[in-house]
Amino acid sequence: MPEQTVIEAVRDTMRAEMRRDERVILLGEDIGLRGGVFLATDGFIEEFGEDRVIDTPLAESLICGLALGAAVNGMRPLAEIQFADFVWPAINQIVGEAARVRYGTNGVKTVPMTIRVPYGGGVRGGLYHSQSTEVLFAHTPGLTVVAPATPYDAKGLLASAIRSDDPVIVLEHKRTYRLVKGEVPAEDYTIPIGRAEIKRPGSDMTIVTYGLMLHYALQAAETASEQGFDVEVLDLRTLRPLDADAIAESVSRTGKVLIVQEDTPAVSISSEVAAIVGERCFFDLDGPITRLTAPEIPPMPFSPIQEAAFMPSVEKIIDAIAKLAEL
Amino acid sequence: MAFKIELPHVGESVTEAVIGKWLKSPGEHVEKYDPLVEVITDKVSMDIPAPASGTLTKLLAAEGDTVPMGSVIAEMETDEVVVQGESELSTTPPGADSPGSSLAGRIGTLVQGANVGPTGGEFLDTSLSSSTDDALPATAEVSRPNDGKQRFSPVVTRLAAQHGVDLGSLAGTGLGGRVTKKDVLAAAESAPSASPAAGSISAEDQVIEPTPIRRMIADHMVRSTSEIPHAWSAIEVDVTGMVEWRTANRQRFEKAHNVRLTYLPITLLCVAAALKANPRINSSWLDGKAVLKGQINVGVAVAAPEGLVVPVVQGAAGSTLLELARRLDGVVKRARSGSMTLDDVRGGTFTLNNTGALGSVWGGAIINHPQAAILTTEAIVKRPVVISREGDDSVIVRSMMNICLSFDHRIIDGAEASTFLQAVKTGLEAVDLDTEF
Repeated sequence: MPEQTVIEAVRDTMRAEMRRDERVILLGEDIGLRGGVFLATDGFIEEFGEDRVIDTPLAESLICGLALGAAVNGMRPLAEIQFADFVWPAINQIVGEAARVRYGTNGVKTVPMTIRVPYGGGVRGGLYHSQSTEVLFAHTPGLTVVAPATPYDAKGLLASAIRSDDPVIVLEHKRTYRLVKGEVPAEDYTIPIGRAEIKRPGSDMTIVTYGLMLHYALQAAETASEQGFDVEVLDLRTLRPLDADAIAESVSRTGKVLIVQEDTPAVSISSEVAAIVGERCFFDLDGPITRLTAPEIPPMPFSPIQEAAFMPSVEKIIDAIAKLAEL
Repeated sequence: MAFKIELPHVGESVTEAVIGKWLKSPGEHVEKYDPLVEVITDKVSMDIPAPASGTLTKLLAAEGDTVPMGSVIAEMETDEVVVQGESELSTTPPGADSPGSSLAGRIGTLVQGANVGPTGGEFLDTSLSSSTDDALPATAEVSRPNDGKQRFSPVVTRLAAQHGVDLGSLAGTGLGGRVTKKDVLAAAESAPSASPAAGSISAEDQVIEPTPIRRMIADHMVRSTSEIPHAWSAIEVDVTGMVEWRTANRQRFEKAHNVRLTYLPITLLCVAAALKANPRINSSWLDGKAVLKGQINVGVAVAAPEGLVVPVVQGAAGSTLLELARRLDGVVKRARSGSMTLDDVRGGTFTLNNTGALGSVWGGAIINHPQAAILTTEAIVKRPVVISREGDDSVIVRSMMNICLSFDHRIIDGAEASTFLQAVKTGLEAVDLDTEF
């Protein structure tokens, strides 16, 4: 099976979707002539032309507002926010408007809009190129939020997002773009939204995670198995709606849960997973619901040493596994 | 010195490149920054300069090869000491050891030295092998109570109830001896003797957490029945004389001594005398031997509010009725008010249980481990009894009481049990209106 990096899978999927459905148009900063800052749309303007690959001004509210209008009028816009850190000006268009159209029009209008948002740190991006903004979208009824961590999932979930009739935020961890390389079938396929996947089966505890942390968790689980701890790793894949059944099934079986996220902890994805575990797994718990997250510090630090300290790492996860396992 | 020439990471988002044309040959001298080789990436073609001055010794990549950025493409002998670039990554990709797994394939592997930043900036991956954990603590601290109390997690409590596992008797393997889910499951597996009925709790059932004393009683009973081979014997006693004596003397006795006069001290008096005459009944089985106890200390079972307690009347043999009545009155009051002292409960060598007070007429008591026997005195009931006198049988009404003995068959045989019961019976039946205690 051919192997691709995450960015290659994203690029090929967008290209295939644009060839499949001419209602799919791209909007974003530097996505045309420049091919995108991560080269996600490299060569697109040559193939699809300026009408479908639209270089926008540096104005995220404009990008998302245009996409919203196009979506309501029958197009399937695919917007790129260059970095998640820049999404704030478009919050009104996304949270305040796009998320509410189906409800507000009693289902007469829908918003088949996809917004790709490269997020996350560990790339020496410092304060303005490293943020994890998932909570804002995952909190909002009316939005769907996916966060694939592998090339295979990136293709399947991006295809599902583009074909969805409702607004979908696709969170792509920018550090995985060229770091993670895996099998991606050439044929067309989609991955259902709202389904987590056990990426590594185990019996002693469940790590619930997503994004880049999936790969760190898998490495940590491998090391932990040498220490005698059999760790299951559940990849959420979709952050809204969370796959509560999969979370409850796994944690009920293992009795312990370690939630690992790159984001800061308060009112975060890990908080919601913890609530689900508390509500659904209480009588199966053999240890406290445990979280490994970034510290409560406003942004990702720029100093390499501080960045490494801020980010959960393989070593930190191994340490947390051992503490919980030995309890 | 020998120097490995790596394909340098370029300021573009490329992970691999195709070797174009080697511009220098092995054996050729090169100056630092001399063009060495042409490489072609998906963005650009470029010349890679020599990283140092020296002699090119070996080419490790052929023209047309696709090689990852950062890999060694040639070797040279340098004129000066050059710091060799270090490989930034030392990761084992997950699932790499199971190439047949499609899941592993789909998860993928981590590309060594990938440029993880946007184009135009170079953010080489260095953070996988983080060595800066001491800068900030991870936030995952497993919370645990440290007040010394034993606590059980929800799943442990549930599984223990489900499988009938006694948590108090489990040695935990968790942190600080915590009983873990695995410990309970292991205990449940190793003790299949738990009755199937104990295995299921339905929604209508009520589960009561035992109090410490309840748990102690439970453990004690299990220990007794599992260690001591119980045997039983019973006999009926005509206590008409004792009833008459008490009726006649109660008021006087209680007024004179300010202590209640029940049948218990009279019974205790006779039991203590019978124990003195039958020392095997007043014994313990210890380390495979019968130990006949030198003291006769009779425990009296009392239903206290928090459960069954057995205060002990020390040195029961040789005491007068008044002494026994006073001591019984004291310990029973302390037992019921929960203010017993250690002296009140220790040293028992035999137990007397007045189950008759609650109307029972028959019983098979569990021996108070490690004693050898327990006697129950059952309810005194008036019954028609056949009396034979000088060859004539007649039926008259008498006050009758059953006394039942449970005994440790390792020490005591039926004959000895019967002899003891007869001794108690004889003592009790000897009481009449003329008796002087």
